[in-house]
Amino acid sequence: MRRLGYTVSSALIALALLLSACGQSAASPTATSAPQTLRLATTTSTDDSGLLDAILPDFEAKYNAKVDVVAVGTGQALELGSKGDADVVLVHSRKAEDQFVADGHAKERFDVMYNDFIVVGPKEDPARIAGMTTAKDAFKAIMDAQATFASRGDKSGTNTKELSLWASLNITPTAEMKWYNALGQGMGETLTFANEQEAYTLSDRGTYLAQKDNLPDVVILVGGNSLEENKDKSLLNPYGVMAVDPDKHPGVNFDLATKFVEWITSVEEQQKIFDYGKDKFGQPLFYPSSAAWKAAHP
Amino acid sequence: MERIDRLTSVPFVEETALMLSSLPPIVLLSLYVSGLALISATVIGLPLGAGLALRPVPGQRFIVLLIYTGMGLPPVVVGLAVYMLLSRSGPLGGLNWLFTPAAMITAQTIIALPLVIGLTMTAVEAVDPALRLQVRALGATPAQVMGAVLHEARTGVMAAIVAAFGGIISEVGAVMLVGGNIAGKTRVLTTAIVLETRQGDFELALALGGVLLGLAFVSNFLLLRLGRLAGR
Repeated sequence: MRRLGYTVSSALIALALLLSACGQSAASPTATSAPQTLRLATTTSTDDSGLLDAILPDFEAKYNAKVDVVAVGTGQALELGSKGDADVVLVHSRKAEDQFVADGHAKERFDVMYNDFIVVGPKEDPARIAGMTTAKDAFKAIMDAQATFASRGDKSGTNTKELSLWASLNITPTAEMKWYNALGQGMGETLTFANEQEAYTLSDRGTYLAQKDNLPDVVILVGGNSLEENKDKSLLNPYGVMAVDPDKHPGVNFDLATKFVEWITSVEEQQKIFDYGKDKFGQPLFYPSSAAWKAAHP
Repeated sequence: MERIDRLTSVPFVEETALMLSSLPPIVLLSLYVSGLALISATVIGLPLGAGLALRPVPGQRFIVLLIYTGMGLPPVVVGLAVYMLLSRSGPLGGLNWLFTPAAMITAQTIIALPLVIGLTMTAVEAVDPALRLQVRALGATPAQVMGAVLHEARTGVMAAIVAAFGGIISEVGAVMLVGGNIAGKTRVLTTAIVLETRQGDFELALALGGVLLGLAFVSNFLLLRLGRLAGR
């Protein structure tokens, strides 16, 4: 009886010690002169594209900082910012960003970069939308043909854009529309669904390009093979960055967040954004658009 | 054919190599988070479960109902509650635990607790009441009585611990929300699997699932060994 107590308690203590040792090595892989931490809330598209992995080490080295990337949907990223749980947000949903500033969670929003949306769908193209100039026309044709459509359905920037396109046709998608599927999932899952179910969907070009190899049955139908070829300017997808306002959320690291905003909009870093992906996809995944970049490249 | 091409194509190999190099810290963190959560839940839950079985309290039936309901609580709901609590604008925001392993351990402890309490209670209730009387007659203190009964019920108690561990090592909803899946900091096996799935790397995601399964197998083996040691 006693022995049980001893065995269990000593085993538990040993396990706890072992685990805390493991945890320390797992939690702090680099223990140099304690870098400051910046918490960046951003969308899955910037993270999944690999852009952040490519550019963030510059920032971390320059300011002896560690950037914790929380990659979620635009809606959740803004929610994290509005609760003061992120120091800086990098998202793509202009209306929601302006609201974020209007609500006082950030003092200002800055242009960072943009890419574009494309309408993708099955090679067979049952709604005959290939070559159409605007997404609006394509959406109309998809609806008229009652062709299967996959929606993110997750309040992400892409989902917001898609819903605004339906709204421009005076349509509010509902569950009664059997051809319309609101998945409530990320872009990757939605593209996978489109591939399996021969569905159309609206995608950002970056995620589509990054996953193209896994999507043998999905092709670009509206938007051309690069952003330059995209004739529908309403499909441009701008990303903005905002430092969370310390007056409203005293806990945030405003100093480092401001440095981050300055850094990502600097001409030098904008060039890196422009160059990212060219070697792998033959075209940039994101086009720089900060004020400094535009001034340097009129 | 295309599948095979992809598997042997250079980017995939590179990606896999990258993933493999970051695998040990992910595995360790999974063990660390779920291990500590299991220890906390066991330390709190065993006495509570045994206590409830040995000495019913007023409102016992209602409490039991709550515990059984808690067993079915979706991890994401627990995560949401813990998030609200630990958010900088929440009541415990001052702890600065959000997006750290501490937040993940808190959430998983809450998920594991009802399982440990409820199953321990059931196991202890199944012990012959005569044993209790006998031990008490021999002059045992209440703590000693509890120890004896728990020892007698050890198979069921071990099952409670193993079930709780299975529940938390495999959950993703809570750790994703309160941990944030931050690379090198709060990324565990389950959130890594979600990430790879989202990026379309199904093979890699499945491989990670295999690692998780292996981890659970070894952990349960050790837990059961421990239980048998304790039983001797």
